[in-house]
Amino acid sequence: MTAIAEPAMSISAPPIADPAPVVPFHEHEAKPHDILIICYSGELEKTWATMILATTGAAMGAKVRVFLTFWGLQTFVKDQKRITGENVMQKMMSAMQRPGVSHRKLSKMNFLGMGPWMMGKLAKQYKVASPKELLALAMEMGVEFMPCQMTMDMFGLKREDMLDGMGEPVGAATVIALMTEGSAPLFI
Amino acid sequence: MPLEIAQRVDAKGLSCPMPIVKTAQAVKLMVSGQLLEVLATDAGSTKDFAAWCKTTGNELVESSVEGGVYRFVLRRK
Repeated sequence: MTAIAEPAMSISAPPIADPAPVVPFHEHEAKPHDILIICYSGELEKTWATMILATTGAAMGAKVRVFLTFWGLQTFVKDQKRITGENVMQKMMSAMQRPGVSHRKLSKMNFLGMGPWMMGKLAKQYKVASPKELLALAMEMGVEFMPCQMTMDMFGLKREDMLDGMGEPVGAATVIALMTEGSAPLFI
Repeated sequence: MPLEIAQRVDAKGLSCPMPIVKTAQAVKLMVSGQLLEVLATDAGSTKDFAAWCKTTGNELVESSVEGGVYRFVLRRK
């Protein structure tokens, strides 16, 4: 076994530079940043979270985009639409879970609508804005809503089924491009 | 010399995120240098208003609390 030779001490090593001062992460300056929320879920509580973060992001000067896909897209169908879709299966899907922001169910404690009703009561009591109110605010504040074209096709949703003020339907490539360009992504 | 308040937002009783949302909307209608007074009862607002000012670059001129009412004076950047 050969021992690795110690470097000769005569070779003058460059002086070790003072390490850069370590700045704790929380002391870095945060800059307003683009935010991309992938609104995937359709439950009441998750819709709420999406709307709170979208309005707050816009209020803090960030450009907020919300990509609406799968169950999340159903939230952005007009409230008064009862049955959507073109074929029987698509129509059955909308009958099983009524679309629209006012018809969201809780993932837990739904109890045939008792849970959401109680949640609504509590929200009123504590002056928490409803998802519907926050959605209107978000639109007013310039939050961009991008429906997923594939989900629209799969559920047979047409542009006129969707709320006014939605952006152009897009695909996953748009979402990925925004992420690689530096949007902070959130999957809700 | 008392500060000359150009705009007021009464967000008393409102929950997150409405005090911040209403503030952002009010500030948008003001001109640079004008002062905005915000009243809120949301206990999270001390931290939230400091964070909002830091992120948006508007100045937090005053921050106080009296009898459960938080008062903020902000200067539009």
